[in-house]
Amino acid sequence: MSYAGRFRVWRGDVTGGDLEDFTVEVNEGEVVLDVIHRLQATQAGDLAVRWNCKAGKCGSCGAEINGRPRLMCMTRMSTFGEADTVTITPLRTFPVVRDLVTDVSYNYEKAAQIPAFSPRPRDADGNYRMQQVDVERSQEFRKCIECFLCQDTCHVIRDHEGNKAAFAGPRFLIRLAELDMHPLDTTDRRDAAQDEFGLGYCNITKCCSEVCPEGIHLTDNGIIPLKERVVDRRFDPLTWLGSKIGRRPRD
Amino acid sequence: MTTTAPRGTGAVTPGRGSGGPPPRRAAIAARHLRTDRWWLQPLITAVVLLCFVVYSSFRAFQNAYYFAEPYISPFYSPCITTGCEGDTFPEFFTGPSFISPAIYILVIPLGFRGTCYYYRKAYYRSFWLSPPACAVGEPHRRYTGESRPPLLIQNLHRYALYGALIFNVVLTYDAILGFRDETGEWGHMGLGTLVLLVNAALLWLYTLSCHSCRHLVGGRLNHFSRHPLRYRLWTRVSRLNASHARFAWLSLFSVAIADAYVFLLATGTISDLRFF
Ligand code: SF4
Ligand code: SF4
Ligand code: FES
Ligand code: FES
Repeated sequence: MSYAGRFRVWRGDVTGGDLEDFTVEVNEGEVVLDVIHRLQATQAGDLAVRWNCKAGKCGSCGAEINGRPRLMCMTRMSTFGEADTVTITPLRTFPVVRDLVTDVSYNYEKAAQIPAFSPRPRDADGNYRMQQVDVERSQEFRKCIECFLCQDTCHVIRDHEGNKAAFAGPRFLIRLAELDMHPLDTTDRRDAAQDEFGLGYCNITKCCSEVCPEGIHLTDNGIIPLKERVVDRRFDPLTWLGSKIGRRPRD
Repeated sequence: MTTTAPRGTGAVTPGRGSGGPPPRRAAIAARHLRTDRWWLQPLITAVVLLCFVVYSSFRAFQNAYYFAEPYISPFYSPCITTGCEGDTFPEFFTGPSFISPAIYILVIPLGFRGTCYYYRKAYYRSFWLSPPACAVGEPHRRYTGESRPPLLIQNLHRYALYGALIFNVVLTYDAILGFRDETGEWGHMGLGTLVLLVNAALLWLYTLSCHSCRHLVGGRLNHFSRHPLRYRLWTRVSRLNASHARFAWLSLFSVAIADAYVFLLATGTISDLRFF
């Protein structure tokens, strides 16, 4: 079964651009990326789009589809009605390169600022040993494919460009959480999370969790536990006292 | 793995993220392009929360009809002044008669829910519109979130949790007193007993599924394997925590229903359905 689907696609670059209307053939079982490819092959040969795997694993095909940040390769056309117009725009939070392609360097700059994994010394036989239960929480965050949809949807930077300096975004808050919970890691990142990466800017409204294509519970399992860890260190007089008199080693 | 891309190689200068250079974003004028009814959920949340605030304020200031032997309304328990009806709790002091005994104690549940991670999400979205829904522009020009006072105070949520735990013990005690009849004899049960019991149960579920609770029982540890008991507790709390939002709403309703039930009994509008 195929039909002629109606699409509005943003076309332009840093100097300006607009939504353009297209009618493109849609076949059964297709995803939005298929349609964009057909559009590129048949009507708009210079349409810029970034993709790699078409399997929801490389994280490069992020766009906003009907106003919601999504992976184009994982958004089935069957989720829309045949009469609907589907609007596709580039990620709004990042500078646009051209058409659907944005410059996501902001994210790599933030990634580079995070204090690296610093494991404790190896065991006598030269191995690292850890228990599965200890490392399990961190592993949830390893599923991240760095599509940056969470970064795009986070209102802290989406609606306030000026906050980009002070705020690392949800993807890197869970990176901090991942390292802070890691059984082998020895660096305390709690002060940095608050002071350098802007943990306090997050108001836990959970949009990052809503858009994550990997289903990572960014807020519940990463950001809120990290906030609680920061409270231990900064805002809770009892745990502070406990750590001063040596009653509470961090383990 | 997080790796670093070579800098300055793109066709466009890198997004600096310093707030300095112009954002160079795609020119899209619309505040959002969502086609679903994204406004419905914040609207429902706002209406329901407002109704609760209006109802609970009315009841808290009313200073009457909160006790109908053997039941006491959760808004007035623990009742700690000598002006209290009923005798469910030690009366500590005599306050001015125009101050309802509910006022002294409501700060605890109010503080608990007000700093709750879930309710924060709910009211930041539906009242502060920050953001009203995902990928829908917020109306504020500046935004600092919870990074500075007064919102820094949200970090004291765990202290509110300690207070709420004590409260739950008191409300559970009240529910157990519901097994006495009007004369104080044990061996009675009415619909009111059931209402108070369900309310107490939901409050426990809400409180134990709290994110701070999850952190305190075990979440703060980095080596679960060295603390098997706390790991088990953490696993249990984590399971409850997944439904924290649901418990937040259910317990909000149950508190209001329990209060309304006592109100209707105390005003004589209905009489208690007696099981035995
Ligand atoms: S929960 Fe926090 S980090 Fe996630 S989108 Fe909302 S404000 Fe951003
Ligand atoms: S956390 Fe999820 S949404 Fe964010 S970059 Fe990783 S996979 Fe994408
Ligand atoms: S093309 Fe790789 S995630 Fe969509
Ligand atoms: S009560 Fe909701 S997070 Fe603590």
